[in-house]
Amino acid sequence: MRNVFTIIRKELRAYFVSPIAYVVLTGFLLLGGWFFFNLLSRFNVLLSIYTQLQQGAADQLNLNEFVIAPLMHNLSIVLVILVPMITMRAYAEEKKGGTYELLLTSPLRTGEIVLGKFLASFLFICIMLGLTGVYPAVLIAFGNPEIGVLLAGYLGLLLLATSFVAVGLLTSSFTENQIIAAVSGLVATLLLYIIGWPADTAGEVLGPLLRYLSVTEHFAEMVNGLIDTQDLVYFASLILLSLFLTQRSVESLRWR
Amino acid sequence: MIEVQNLTKRYGDLTAVSDISFQAESGQILGFLGPNGSGKTTTMRIITGFMPATAGTVKVAGFDIFDESFEARKRIGYLPESPPLYDDMTVTAYLRFVARIKGMARADIPDALDRVLERCGLTDVAYRVTGYLSKGYRQRVGLAQAIIHNPSVLVLDEPTVGLDPQQIIGIRSLIKELAGEHTVILSTHILPEVAQVCEKVVIINAGKVVAEDMLTNLAQDQTLEDVFLKAIAQEEPGAAETAEEAAE
Repeated sequence: MRNVFTIIRKELRAYFVSPIAYVVLTGFLLLGGWFFFNLLSRFNVLLSIYTQLQQGAADQLNLNEFVIAPLMHNLSIVLVILVPMITMRAYAEEKKGGTYELLLTSPLRTGEIVLGKFLASFLFICIMLGLTGVYPAVLIAFGNPEIGVLLAGYLGLLLLATSFVAVGLLTSSFTENQIIAAVSGLVATLLLYIIGWPADTAGEVLGPLLRYLSVTEHFAEMVNGLIDTQDLVYFASLILLSLFLTQRSVESLRWR
Repeated sequence: MIEVQNLTKRYGDLTAVSDISFQAESGQILGFLGPNGSGKTTTMRIITGFMPATAGTVKVAGFDIFDESFEARKRIGYLPESPPLYDDMTVTAYLRFVARIKGMARADIPDALDRVLERCGLTDVAYRVTGYLSKGYRQRVGLAQAIIHNPSVLVLDEPTVGLDPQQIIGIRSLIKELAGEHTVILSTHILPEVAQVCEKVVIINAGKVVAEDMLTNLAQDQTLEDVFLKAIAQEEPGAAETAEEAAE
């Protein structure tokens, strides 16, 4: 466990002593702020129109459905692109820089390296999502969104981002080229995002399967405030499978 | 201290190392010589447990590098061909990180850190970022990294390549000092280096050991250069014959 902490510290330090963390966080918050601003102004316009139309019609509008849910869906798309860029260096850079030899000739278990790198990226994602908390905080201060639904949505966003982290780390472990790691990571996360699209026309067997495989499907449920065991199992499986494969991929160097 | 037995490594059809055996006694400096591409780096990577052998065994301080990898790896310090530095870390932060992943107790780290900084002449650059250091300093940080946990075995892959003459002298005398407490395997293709530093010499060519002896025995009535060239030439009798035939 001590080794895992050592790796986590080293990885987090690498994010924050280089410009990576600041560029990623700034970019993420900039885009998030733009989404939030637009959704909120649209909500205001809708609100004034509804009030003029009919007495009490404005009650049909609520912050959760019109601001928070679309905001989270927008952020999830940004994560599809950003997460592979955060994770691309994890293994590829070590291989290129020769530090992989240092790690693998040290008395570390492969699992410790994999877990350390995963937890470091996970913590970074937590910081990223934590900072977007200002948007709902503004809503809570000036409006009355439903807190339960909001938290379920955040849990969904966190699980989605964590799954992408695990997938991104896996693709990084395959190569020593950071661009290849990022592109294959992006393809994988995007595929997970859109794999459910043909579900409606894909037939009775394939349709539900594709729908189940899609992260969007499970994520959307949570954004709507529904935490289903099925969704939790889906995310847990995706994360554990990716971590297991990463462990195998790193370990494969030691196979005879 | 280091026992290499019948080591073979194949990459697909290519045989990088073929059935080599040698050993280094405790406290000895063993020069591992060979032309470029002869399998030196592959052998060192197997000895340090970075990659497995196709066949054969390596024992480091009595532990099998494959079966008791953990114990063996704790006892090895390794400087690969290019020093494994994280370019965004300071020298101190980097060495602390290495000390921790090598399994050193937290309390022992400050002393060990001072010791290697002093010993490798890094005190002046202790808080500099490694990415901005000159080649010579990077090499020294690499060496400091290899000895910080006071391993019984040191594996150094071409530690003086690309350094200026003064730095080479510095590194060599440092390696000499380190022998005694550590068993050192030093790979190189610079012959005078071996003559100055090593006690025992193993010459490999095309993945095979072609000479293994104490330096004093090998270079008794001829220079090391002659020994080296002869050993390498022996290895390819076929090639030599064809060349002769072609001349006729």
